[in-house]
Amino acid sequence: MADHAGVAGSDEVDLSRRKFLTRATIATGAVGAVFAAIPFIESWNPSERARALGVPTELDISKLEAGQMTTTVWRRSPIYVVRRTPDMVARIAGHDTELKDPNSDHSDQPPYAKNPLRSRSAEFLVLVGTCTHLGCLPKQRFDAGELYPSWPGGFFCPCHGSRFDLAGRVFAGSPASINLRVPPYSYPKEHLLLVGADEKGAA
Amino acid sequence: MTVKTATGAAAPMPKTGAAGRQGFWPWLNKRMPVDKFLADQVTEYYAPKNFNFWYYFGSLALVVLVLQLVTGIYLTMFYKPGEATAFDSVQFIMREVSWGWLLRYLHTSGASFFFIVVYLHMFRAFLYGSYKPPRELLWLIGMLVYLALMAEAFMGYVLPWGNMSFWGAQVIVNLFGTIPGIGPDLVLWIRGDYGIADATLNRFFSLHVAAVPLALLGLVALHLVALHEVGSNNPDGIEIKEKVGADGKPLDGIPFHPYYTVKDFVGIGVFLVLLAIVVFFVPTFGGLFLEPPNWEPANPLSTPEHIAPVWYFTPYYAILRAVPDQRMGALLMLIAVMAFLFVPWLDRSPVKSMRYRGWMSRSALAIFAVSFIVLGYLGMQPAEGLFVVLARIFAALYFAFFFLMPLYTWLDPVKPVPERLVYHAH
Repeated sequence: MADHAGVAGSDEVDLSRRKFLTRATIATGAVGAVFAAIPFIESWNPSERARALGVPTELDISKLEAGQMTTTVWRRSPIYVVRRTPDMVARIAGHDTELKDPNSDHSDQPPYAKNPLRSRSAEFLVLVGTCTHLGCLPKQRFDAGELYPSWPGGFFCPCHGSRFDLAGRVFAGSPASINLRVPPYSYPKEHLLLVGADEKGAA
Repeated sequence: MTVKTATGAAAPMPKTGAAGRQGFWPWLNKRMPVDKFLADQVTEYYAPKNFNFWYYFGSLALVVLVLQLVTGIYLTMFYKPGEATAFDSVQFIMREVSWGWLLRYLHTSGASFFFIVVYLHMFRAFLYGSYKPPRELLWLIGMLVYLALMAEAFMGYVLPWGNMSFWGAQVIVNLFGTIPGIGPDLVLWIRGDYGIADATLNRFFSLHVAAVPLALLGLVALHLVALHEVGSNNPDGIEIKEKVGADGKPLDGIPFHPYYTVKDFVGIGVFLVLLAIVVFFVPTFGGLFLEPPNWEPANPLSTPEHIAPVWYFTPYYAILRAVPDQRMGALLMLIAVMAFLFVPWLDRSPVKSMRYRGWMSRSALAIFAVSFIVLGYLGMQPAEGLFVVLARIFAALYFAFFFLMPLYTWLDPVKPVPERLVYHAH
C-alpha cells in the first residue's frame, strides 16, 4: 500500500506541520485577497473624466453690483461671490464673541483668506456655498436685523439652522462647527475671478 | 395492453399517468430532501399555540420582501440610471408604461410598509423579550436585516433623481465627512466625484438592485435558520421545548402548517387591503411616503425649503439635528441605531415577557415607544425653537431606555412565570 503519511512507514500525522501549513496557506490567501480588493475599492475614486471636469472656472465680476451676490459652479459646488458694500464690511466687526471660530483657526481656507474678512480684498467675498454642516445651500440674509434684531447680516442654512456672518464665519449655536470654506482663487486680470487656482497653481 | 419483448413473451406496459407520478416523488426525495425539509421546517415545526396579533409581522415582512423584489425587477426594466435619464425615465414609467404607475406606487408604498411591518416586528420582540437567550443571535441577524434595509431604502430613494433625492443623498453622504481624519476623502470616494453626481447615482443603482438585495436575502435566510433552530418565542415568554409529551413534541406547540399558515394568510389578506388603499387612493400619503420636492428634478443649486428624509428615518434625523455640533450629532445618530444591537445584554430581567414584568420595564418600553414616535414627528419639522428643545428631551428619553436598561430591568419587581402557556381557546 502506498504511503501517504508525512512520516515514512507509519500512519502518524505530523500535526504541528499540518497546522503550520494551514496557517501559512490562510495567511497567503488573505494577503492575496487584500491585493485583489484594491481595484474594486479604487474604482470608486473620481474617474479621469470627473477629475478633468474639476478644472478651475472663470467668472467676470465687473457686472456684479455692490451688495449683490452671484453664484458660479466649481467642482460641482456652488461658489458664492459677494460684492460687499462698505456698510456690509463694517457689519463684520463687533460680534467676534458670538462666533465659534472668529480667527478661522480650525476652518478651511487658503492662507490669504485667513483674516477677519476671509478674503483677498474687502470688497469681494468668495465662498464655497455649501454648509459646512451637511452640505445644504445657505441662503443670503444680508440685511441687518433680518433674522432677529441683533442679526448683523450674513447667511442662514434652511436645513439645520446654521448661521454665518458676512465673512462666512459660523455663529455659536449652529450645528456647523467650522466657517464656510473659501476655495483657492485669484484675479489673473482685473474683474476676472479664477476659482480653483491661485499662485500655487490649480487645486 | 401488452407489448412483445425481444424474447416474444408478453410484458406489462411501462407505467404512465398517475402511477408514474407516484414514482416521481420518491425519485426526487432520494436526490433532494424535499419531504424532510418540509416536515422539519413547516409541517412538523412546532410553534407555540398562543401566538397573537403581534406575530403577524414576521411573515408579512417576507411578503413585502417578495413584493419589493418583483416590483423592483419590473421597474429596473424601464428605469435608466444616470444624471440625464433617471428623472425622465421615472416620469416615463409613471405616464407612459402600461400600468407603470402601479408598479412604481407598489414599490414606493411597499418601502414604507416594509418599515411599518419591521418596526412592529421589533416592538413585538421588546414586548415579549424575544431577543433574550437563547435568541440573541436571532436578534442580531434581525438587526443586520434592519441595517441592510435602511441602506436599501436610502439608496432607492436617490434613484428617481428628484430634488429631495439629491439633497437627501448630499446630507447623508456628508455624514461620513464628520469621521475624523479620513472623512473628506471617504466622502469623495463614496460619491466618485466632487459632488453628488452621475457616478454616485450609478453605484447606488447597482447596490440597490443587486448587492444589498442579495445580502438581504442571505440575512433573511439566516434569520429563519436561526429562528427554526431555537424555536419561536411567544407572548408568555415560556420555552415550549421544556415541556414535551410522550411523543417528544412540545405540549404547548402546534405544527406551523396548517395552523399558522392559515392564520398568516388572514393577516396577509388584511395587509394587502391596506396596501391597496394606499396605492390606489393616497400613494404619496400626504407627502410622507413620497415627498413633494421629489416631483422636481435634482437641482444642485437649489436646496428644498427644508430637507427631511422619509418618515422611517426621521426619529434618527431628529436626534442628529438636536445636537449643536455636527460630529456629536452624527455620532449620537449612529449610537441611536446601534444601541439595538446590545439589547440582549443590556436586559437583565429574569423574565422575558412584559406579561410578567413589573411597572419599571413596562413604563420604560412605553416611554421609548412614545419617544420614537415623537422624534419621528420632530424629524419632519424645521429644526428651530420648541422643536429642537423637544427633540433634545425625547432624544434623552430614547437613550435612557437603552443605557438605564441594566438598572431598571434588575430592580423591576417581576411576577412569577407559569410552567405552561396561558391559553384560552376562542
